[in-house]
Amino acid sequence: MKVLLTQVGYLARRSVARTFRQPANIVFSFFFPLLLLAVNSGGLDAAARIPGFPSDSFLDFALAFTFMQGALFATTNAGTDLARDIQTGFLNRLALTPLRSAALLAGQLAGIVALAVLQSILYLSVGLAAGVRFESGPLGIVVLLSLAVLIAIGFGAIGAFLALRTGSGEAVQALFPLLFVTLFLSSMNMPRNLIETDWFRTVATINPVSYLIEGMRSLVIIGWDAEALALGFGLGAAVAVVALAASSFALKARLARS
Amino acid sequence: MKAFRSVALAVAWRSLHNAFTNPAILLPSLLFPLFFFTAFAGGLSRVGEVPGFDFPSGYTAFQFVFVFLQSAAFGGVFTGFAIARDFESGFTRRLFLAATRRSGILAGYAISALVRWIFTASVVTAVALVAGMQVGGSGVDLFGLVVLGLLVNMVAVLWAAGVAMRMRTMQAGPLMQVPVFLTLFLAPVYVPLALLDGWIHAVASVNPATFFLEAGRGLISGEPTETAVAFGLALAALALFVVWAQRSLRRAEASGA
Repeated sequence: MKVLLTQVGYLARRSVARTFRQPANIVFSFFFPLLLLAVNSGGLDAAARIPGFPSDSFLDFALAFTFMQGALFATTNAGTDLARDIQTGFLNRLALTPLRSAALLAGQLAGIVALAVLQSILYLSVGLAAGVRFESGPLGIVVLLSLAVLIAIGFGAIGAFLALRTGSGEAVQALFPLLFVTLFLSSMNMPRNLIETDWFRTVATINPVSYLIEGMRSLVIIGWDAEALALGFGLGAAVAVVALAASSFALKARLARS
Repeated sequence: MKAFRSVALAVAWRSLHNAFTNPAILLPSLLFPLFFFTAFAGGLSRVGEVPGFDFPSGYTAFQFVFVFLQSAAFGGVFTGFAIARDFESGFTRRLFLAATRRSGILAGYAISALVRWIFTASVVTAVALVAGMQVGGSGVDLFGLVVLGLLVNMVAVLWAAGVAMRMRTMQAGPLMQVPVFLTLFLAPVYVPLALLDGWIHAVASVNPATFFLEAGRGLISGEPTETAVAFGLALAALALFVVWAQRSLRRAEASGA
């Protein structure tokens, strides 16, 4: 166990350093979601006047989406970094060491988790400064941060899986629009019961992203909604477990080939 | 003139051939507008019921105009990416040596952007009509909307070409894209200007894209509004960016590409 932790520590330090040495990634993943939050909350503020809309302020309603978008950037950052390791041969050199595959994945994801925590704190600070009020109180903020980190781990693991399967940073980047679509085809901008178009409501209902957003959103606009939180944490954990397992298998296959 | 035309047509043909034979280049410029149209017109249709929202042709047509003009602008930006790629691959260096009239190179890329956008706009329009979009405007109104789209496309490609020719690297992509994205999204995208409040209302009120959107929405609903202002602004922007792109071309020539 101690050996494993040491291995994770070395790789985590490298992952964190590499993540923070890329200003373009940092700036984009920190500020683009805030930019979209500003644009959407300003442009759609009138939507809060729709009868049955669950919040008086669209900013309160939209804040959760910012965390999801941060997680999406975690996917591409994690995937691109790991793909670079594959392309440069770093992974092959690691394969010659007694490193455990679990340590490799955990270490890779550490940088993403560090980024996710800082992103989340920034989004929260900006939201609170702009007047967002948490119905669930200060404890709700802690719970929201935990869910955001869980989601970032899950999405980061998806990025790692894509990188291990394709071995190409370009391929990971090319899948970004596809993941972006899953965000937009969710309840990010409108509660599911207020989505008028039948097929869109159906897609949003079967899209797990809707429940991840709704879990985080419930802490802001409702308070303590056990069902929304259970679905958010449950699906977040499921995504993380499945993605980590898939990444682990993909890593074994990749190492066996090299 | 003959030299200019032959250079322009050759560059346009090559650029179009690259775009239409490579799905990785063609699909994003086609799928993004379709995706935005689906997400906005499909997911946000209830916004059309906000008190004070009285657009006569309905929310689908309201969003269609945004996506139509957005596809025009991004069609131009995507052509800017192609120009940057040509610089990185060294193709432009050879092109500069071979072209007898180098200003024809700009014209060629502009023609390519235009054709690509006409293709995208046709698909987006067909999808919108299938989705039940109501069109209240006459043939003349719709022609006006198309011309407005063409002008927006030209302005965007000249902006992006200027950036590509100054930076000469694909890393300039965000510099081409982000200002266009911000200009478009800081306009009344989801609701009319009158329903915006606060800072976004203040920004949208002076944003040229607001006039393009309001004019386009007026034309599609058959109740033209701000049309003269929008065309005036588009033509002024076109003149400005022709100068910008030509100066950038000179700078690229001077650098030896």
